[in-house]
Amino acid sequence: MSGTPRVVLVDDHGLFRSGVRAELGRQVEVVGEAEDVQPAIDLISSVQPDVVLLDVHLPGGGGQAVVQAIKPLFPSVRFLALSASDAPEDVIAVIRAGARGYVTKTISTAELADAIKRVAAGDAVFSHRLAGFVLDAFASGGPGSGSDVKPSFDPELDQLTSREREVLRLIAQGYTYKEIARELYISVKTVESHVSSVLRKLQLSSRHQLTRWAAERRLA
Amino acid sequence: MMGNVEDPARWEQRYGPWGHWHRGPFWMRRRGHGGPLRRDPDERLAGGVAAGIAAWRGFNVTSVRIVFVLLALIPSGFCVPLYVVGWLLIPAAGEQTSIGHRARSDSRGIALAIGLATMLAFLLFIINVVGNGWIDSYAWPQLVTAAGLVLIWRNATPEEQATLRRLTEPLGSAPNPAARTRWSVVRLSVAAVLVFGGAGWLASAHESLALLRPLGAVLLMIAGIVLVLGPWWLRIARDLVLERQAKVRAEERADISAQVHDSVLQTLALIQRRADDPQKVVWLARMQERELRSWLFEGRAPGEADAAMTFAAGVRQIQQDVEARYGVPVEAVTVGDCELDENLNALLLASREATVNAAKWSGAGVISLFAEVEPDSVSVVVRDRGKGFDPAAVSADRKGLAESVHGRMARRGGTASVVSAEGEGTKVTLQMPRPSAAPARSGGAS
Repeated sequence: MSGTPRVVLVDDHGLFRSGVRAELGRQVEVVGEAEDVQPAIDLISSVQPDVVLLDVHLPGGGGQAVVQAIKPLFPSVRFLALSASDAPEDVIAVIRAGARGYVTKTISTAELADAIKRVAAGDAVFSHRLAGFVLDAFASGGPGSGSDVKPSFDPELDQLTSREREVLRLIAQGYTYKEIARELYISVKTVESHVSSVLRKLQLSSRHQLTRWAAERRLA
Repeated sequence: MMGNVEDPARWEQRYGPWGHWHRGPFWMRRRGHGGPLRRDPDERLAGGVAAGIAAWRGFNVTSVRIVFVLLALIPSGFCVPLYVVGWLLIPAAGEQTSIGHRARSDSRGIALAIGLATMLAFLLFIINVVGNGWIDSYAWPQLVTAAGLVLIWRNATPEEQATLRRLTEPLGSAPNPAARTRWSVVRLSVAAVLVFGGAGWLASAHESLALLRPLGAVLLMIAGIVLVLGPWWLRIARDLVLERQAKVRAEERADISAQVHDSVLQTLALIQRRADDPQKVVWLARMQERELRSWLFEGRAPGEADAAMTFAAGVRQIQQDVEARYGVPVEAVTVGDCELDENLNALLLASREATVNAAKWSGAGVISLFAEVEPDSVSVVVRDRGKGFDPAAVSADRKGLAESVHGRMARRGGTASVVSAEGEGTKVTLQMPRPSAAPARSGGAS
């Protein structure tokens, strides 16, 4: 990825959009704004940005509707979800739909710019809260317990490795990738690959706990 | 799902003191603590071996003691040395090494023990020649007992030595003329008659086939022994009770002072810092008053969760309270959830204290509070990127960390560690083990 990433902002709050645009300044190139699902799909189709900064809550169907519409058409467009509510069902839904990451709206400008660059480069970005959700959803229960198990084609997808768990715990404690790398004596690249692998599992796993966990939070 | 039987605490509440006998035969109660076998100095009568085994395997203490005594009376007499060996080899709760371990370097003690055992062995040989099979078989194992007691005596902690001294007091003080009142002389003479009469009867009855006579002799001897030793035993039991009460009182005092530090002293410090803002001062004072009242009159510690509350809700409350009071954002993440109990309440209070400390002193713009409920433990990490401090340089009388965090956790069997360096922020990690019986109630796990 060379140069500054091209970004589209999708959020129904005009004030928030202009705030983000002003704050991000020259660190990214904001190529468009949209405030609802259909305008967002049209805009993204025409400008094909590197990254879409996507509010989870949109009046016309929620952020995942945008992701679902764009993904098959333009797989190179990457989504970074953004939300103020932190409700797990919204966050997991938009991630399962294909977003590369999730951050809270309270994030600092520098961190947001960093997150956009990471997503543009193909990495995953987890907020501390998403890390908590994922740990919770993948909390160890004996495999095969429960009757609603739909076995994965790949059982690897249903488990987090202990290293991935460690990385998620540190993210949940507010560590940056660099701090995690130092804490665990691994490279930042390795941290990134762990997080990407967690993201893949989160998106592809048919682990029953995840389904039930989401269902309990009105997500089914 | 949470039936009465599944929840021992609720069960016990409902069925009173019998509640702990609900599973299995009457002498069993809940599961053991699951940890390693440790002697229990808090519940001891002698070495705490019986109490330790009871807590380890979940038996009733009294049942274990009765079994021990019955085994000790069996003619072969192997249980007494077994007890002593247990005393030697099982470390006391809270100690790293067993007495036996320490005794290995006590060469004088070992020499003494061997000497004593040899002497006794010699004596036994003589008795053997005179010939009484019963005494013979019972006495041989006591060589181990005597040698073991010597080693324990020399290597036990001062507290346990005091117990031993009390147990052996009758032997030492009987010839002491000052302690000899008319009543005790009468008592001792009657006892002597009973014991020697019983022993004589036993010796003469040995050849006889009548089974009832030796039984009567044994009863006579037991009566004599009880008469001699009874008063001392009573006093020992009373002393032990007093000692335990004192310990409980000391722990209560520590809890109260931690409480006062957490609430009143914290608020006073805040008031001093906000002295230029009368409204804020009044608000702080009101809030503190409310807290103190609810603690004094309703028995609820400030910040202590309602009974119905879960652990995650408790963490969220810490987040809200600290944000409201100190104006520092707290990023709280909880993984999993479970019912609260005494231990987890202590963990919450310690977490609150750590979070408040971070809000007050670190100067960090945001504090991260991470809590995770796992099947066998609950951990909390409080972290800030503030100015940090040198943990070694904190004076011991600073209550915050030492008492409210470390003390609180240690009293409940948990651990606390603080990692901090000047300029690099602080990380407090708290961990509290969970009784394995309670299932984790995680968001997604079954």
